[in-house]
Amino acid sequence: MTLTAPPVTALPATTAVSLRGVSKAFGHGGNAVVALDNISLEVTRGEFVCLVGASGCGKSTSLNLIAGLDRPTVGDVAVQGRTALMFQEASLFPWLTVRDNVALPMRLGGRSKAERQRRADEILEQVHLGGQGGRRPHELSGGMRQRAALARALAQDAEILLMDEPFGALDAMTRDLLHDELERLWASTGLTILFVTHNVREAARLSDRIVLLTSLPGKVADEFPVTIHRPRRIDSPEVMGLAAMVTDRLRAEVRRHGD
Amino acid sequence: MATRSLGGSPPTPLGFGEEKLAAEIAGLDALEAHLESHPSRARRVWSTVWPKLAAVAIALLAWQAVVWSGWREPYQLPGPGKVLPALADLAVTGKFWKAVGITMRRAVSGYALALVIGSVLGIAVARFRLLRTAVGSLITGLQTMPSIAWFPIAILLFGLTEQAIMFVVVLGAAPSIANGLIAGVDHVPPLMLRAGRMIGAKGVGLYRHVVLPAALPTYVAGLKQGWAFAWRSLMAGELLVIVASRPSIGAQLQFARDVSAADEMMAIMIVILVIGIVVDTVFGRADVAIRRRWGLIEHGT
Repeated sequence: MTLTAPPVTALPATTAVSLRGVSKAFGHGGNAVVALDNISLEVTRGEFVCLVGASGCGKSTSLNLIAGLDRPTVGDVAVQGRTALMFQEASLFPWLTVRDNVALPMRLGGRSKAERQRRADEILEQVHLGGQGGRRPHELSGGMRQRAALARALAQDAEILLMDEPFGALDAMTRDLLHDELERLWASTGLTILFVTHNVREAARLSDRIVLLTSLPGKVADEFPVTIHRPRRIDSPEVMGLAAMVTDRLRAEVRRHGD
Repeated sequence: MATRSLGGSPPTPLGFGEEKLAAEIAGLDALEAHLESHPSRARRVWSTVWPKLAAVAIALLAWQAVVWSGWREPYQLPGPGKVLPALADLAVTGKFWKAVGITMRRAVSGYALALVIGSVLGIAVARFRLLRTAVGSLITGLQTMPSIAWFPIAILLFGLTEQAIMFVVVLGAAPSIANGLIAGVDHVPPLMLRAGRMIGAKGVGLYRHVVLPAALPTYVAGLKQGWAFAWRSLMAGELLVIVASRPSIGAQLQFARDVSAADEMMAIMIVILVIGIVVDTVFGRADVAIRRRWGLIEHGT
């Protein structure tokens, strides 16, 4: 990764991601837009963290920095472990079958054909797409496509999964099922997940910790530990209660921009 | 139902209703699966064939109507009743098939050479900014240049030879092929590039696995256009550059004109048209097959 990471010894072994005093500005001089302003965030190995905020809070920028697709203007980004990034739009390659899409990261990694086909089928089975490997992305529904994209991310053998509003374009019913699916996968794999969303309930449903970001510039406004017993339901009183609390805090932040 | 561990740590039992979840997901998938109806093969073939047959019939009728109107003498403009038998007579001569063979060999080898040159040029221009600034618009310029305008210099350089024809065919087809590839690479969706980089593709690997496959539909459109230009250039070349003892379709057309055999002349024109349509259909099929695989068109079209 092409990052100016501080010496790894500076981080405890239990830390997966560490942002320290990170700022990111786009453009120059008077036209510069500060997307992130002095953000510090530590994510522990195996933790499920949701970044929540209104438009312009730099959620996606943070994920790009952690994924190594972009560099901070100021500050340190340190990542211990391989990352995989999943987008809101299904970014599967239309010229490959679902299985070949999942196998491509392994192909780029130089694994043998037999091995990557076997492993791809195994991962597809895990996201309940067993037997769909021979189909093409356009033949799948939106929910199936996002599960295939999830499978492709898992095929990268990443320890840290970065998800950029992955379920934002799905209907509520499909989203509910994918929440169950993701929670189950996370629990059984020990992945560290950083999940960006504008949906507060989704964050309360899924995460161990909600990090609330302000907008323009993006700053950490507040953090909410989520201790609700798993498995959760999005419509349980505890999840809804917490979501209401976070929403009030988020609205207070949004109001500041209307003044 | 057991789940295999991905990251190494043992599964944490959270008390999920594993099987219930699997059943719910399977149910939703089944509900959302695309329902496609496939009409029978015979019906599909018929639905594409009859409009073509009707068009041919109308064209023949219109042609005959012009002949009947007496606009030109029959020796200047023979009707289908004279031209079609002339075509049948032609089709049983060995000389005609030899000519078709030579013409097709020229077409294939010229097009193959244009394919290689155009593709290499296209990749190079798409890849290197400096090269694009230098020759990008020149390629488009070459594409608009009528191929017939190249023949004086081709004949000067190569004489009345095969090479002169080849030279013009390649110059006609290669720019279209190069431009198709350049446009294809330019229009690769940024999301695809981002996804490709994220899963570890870079440099040549990114080209091999993401950029070139994504550029394929536009490239095929360029190949198709390149064929049209190659075929036109070849016909122009065969009319102008007649190589001794090398009968070709173009040379036969020229010969028929020289002896004022209008029916034979028009029969050969039909042959040229039919070959052009047949090859174009092959490219069209490839284009449709790719777009269908990608889900860019509905089934059954």
